[in-house]
Amino acid sequence: MMRKKTANKESRLHLLVCAGTGCVANHSFDVKEELEKEIARQGLHKEISVFTTGCQGFCERGPIVIVQPDGIFYQRVSKKDVPFLVEEHLLKGRPVKSLMYEPGPEKLPIPKMNDIGFFKHQRLIVLRNRGRLDPENIDEYIGFEGYQALEKALTKMSPAQIIAEVKNAGLRGRGGAGFRTGLKWELCRNASGRVKYIVCNGDEGDPGAFMDRSVLEADPHSVLEGMIIGAKAIGAQKGFIYVRSEYPLAVKRIKIAIKQAEKYGILGKGILGTDFSFSIDVIQGAGAFVCGEETALMASIQGKVGRPHPRPPYPVEKGLWGKPTNINNVETWANVPMIISRGAKWFSSIGTKGSKGTKIFSLVGKINNTGLVEVPMGITLREVIFDIGGGIPGDKKFKAVQTGGPSGGCIPHDLLDLPIDYESLTEVGSMMGSGGMIVMDENTCMVDVARYFLNFTQQESCGKCPSCRLGTKQMVEILDRITDGKGHKGDIEFLEQIGINTKLSSLCGLGQTAANPVLTTLKYFRKEYELHIFEKQCPALVCKSLISFVIDPDKCSGCTICAKKCPSNAINGEPKKVHTIDQAICIKCGICITVCPEKFKAVRKVSPAVK
Amino acid sequence: MKNIEKILLRYDFKRDNIIQILQGIQGHYKYLPAEVLKYTSKRLKMPLSEIYSLATFYTAFSLEPRGKHLITICLGTACHVRGAPDVLGRIEERLGISAGSTTEDNLFTLETVNCLGACALAPVVVIDGEYYGQTTVNKVDKLIDQYDEKKDSE
Repeated sequence: MMRKKTANKESRLHLLVCAGTGCVANHSFDVKEELEKEIARQGLHKEISVFTTGCQGFCERGPIVIVQPDGIFYQRVSKKDVPFLVEEHLLKGRPVKSLMYEPGPEKLPIPKMNDIGFFKHQRLIVLRNRGRLDPENIDEYIGFEGYQALEKALTKMSPAQIIAEVKNAGLRGRGGAGFRTGLKWELCRNASGRVKYIVCNGDEGDPGAFMDRSVLEADPHSVLEGMIIGAKAIGAQKGFIYVRSEYPLAVKRIKIAIKQAEKYGILGKGILGTDFSFSIDVIQGAGAFVCGEETALMASIQGKVGRPHPRPPYPVEKGLWGKPTNINNVETWANVPMIISRGAKWFSSIGTKGSKGTKIFSLVGKINNTGLVEVPMGITLREVIFDIGGGIPGDKKFKAVQTGGPSGGCIPHDLLDLPIDYESLTEVGSMMGSGGMIVMDENTCMVDVARYFLNFTQQESCGKCPSCRLGTKQMVEILDRITDGKGHKGDIEFLEQIGINTKLSSLCGLGQTAANPVLTTLKYFRKEYELHIFEKQCPALVCKSLISFVIDPDKCSGCTICAKKCPSNAINGEPKKVHTIDQAICIKCGICITVCPEKFKAVRKVSPAVK
Repeated sequence: MKNIEKILLRYDFKRDNIIQILQGIQGHYKYLPAEVLKYTSKRLKMPLSEIYSLATFYTAFSLEPRGKHLITICLGTACHVRGAPDVLGRIEERLGISAGSTTEDNLFTLETVNCLGACALAPVVVIDGEYYGQTTVNKVDKLIDQYDEKKDSE
């Protein structure tokens, strides 16, 4: 069954159209259709093939089209660009500069994917098949050495050897806590009982993190392969993949992958002709963040409300239906085949002392190159944000980067040279989490960000522990008050006290880390809190109660656009005369600022608010 | 109740599969009608209170009928820092409802979601499965106009 891909071998060129969620939302399927039509029209269909691939990671620039074998990278391709692209590049052999990536104004476009900063500094292990295969075709995965690690694990290795390899590799859980994967497997293998389960945690709930979605969408077989190897090592007969309901495409693709694997004898009875049997079911979540916590996730798989329970007993001893259960997240599973095929020594040569291998980060927020990046552990925040991410848009100043989702913290400018690994992030008060990296600039209010996260955890708290249920609510109330301009002396100290208490007295990770966004912003951006409380000022001009929209009389030309667009009729003024905003009526929706022509830029925000 | 039987059969009439069953029901009716839940409770020999507890715990479920068009706005962190709260405010104002409810004429339901994992498009609004990226307060009216039938007939 390990045959190489033969389809379209005769094609002179392959066009790879990205079909990840980001590109699809930007109509990449229309682009694909148009490409096929145009190629046929030019009579090139016998020598050029068009494929769809999984997420390329550079979502900011979608829809993305790559021309192979040359690796020419086209970005932001629209349907109407297609005829020109086909004629110029495919027919006449002249790559189209206007569709290439430009690193900045007045800089030359970069034709090749691997020369672009975003891709150049990455090291791909989990995303090894990024953008080069059709995720809905198992043959393509097999063509790129897929399922060879499984063959090796099933025919040439004992369960103990597989576990030893994963242990020696130093792989740690990529879902947040960073527990040693090999050790977890060993504990589960040694747990008593014949029935055992394994689970793939794809309930990627951290807002701003979407690597698991991308892996499931782009390379579902790598996850399946990791799980089957893990099942063999642990002695499990049944596996579950738990995916968020917000990821319909991921659910669809993993289901297709399972069907194909079953057909090929890779899943089911007697896998690859051995006596090992294993099957996988997909479970769709129903929108509860806390279900990313392993005990809550197991409750959810069993049809219960997703409330965590105390550990011990740990899932490896007593998990699903009381049986030993090993849970790892999507990215962790996808690492496994590479460790088995290339060996622990190779894997552990990448990364830092305590954190081996690579980590995928989703680089989002106020950043030029939004997307998914896989980098070796130990790379600095500065390298990720500036060399790969291309820095902050619009010449704005970098303010902070938030890692670890609602459990994480905000890391300030001074710590940009921090090498990223599990320990270093925890030391500065944040955490690795699942790898969300939200970049913030001078226009991001840190008090508002803290309020945002606390609001999030307060809503997602399952309500079991009073410290979490009430602690988060209390913190939200105080933060609401501060951002509403009603903060007073003692608020900061009170926040700190509640934060620490919530941390110390909650059962699961959600409550234990809920205060991190508050505590880190208080640590690094205390001044901003003080300005909100004592000066009623929001320096980032975000908090509605503390700002006003005003029209600069020197810049206003009386074009009347803002007055026409204002939904509350708060703007007064006659044509060609300076306009003013009636602060008593203004609802601070911000439309005026977005519609004021670029050449005038007459509307601006001020803080404290104008009385 | 033939459709319900089909869904129940697909999940072997097993209580453990109740979340998947509820998803099936919601997929069919767009919400969880009370009489269907009562029927399910009987067929699975499962207390209705337990089903109610699940239906209210998981945010994907709705006990109220949804409007003809479903508007979902992402309030993930990336969308938040790129201005999603302002966009939400504008949509609420335009529709005259707050997030989590349906307009009186049953035309629109407005919901929020924690993250769609499409952060490059931030702030993202999804209407009936169609993604609209880089939304701004100024784009809201045009966007909703496309779906607002009343607006056309005026």
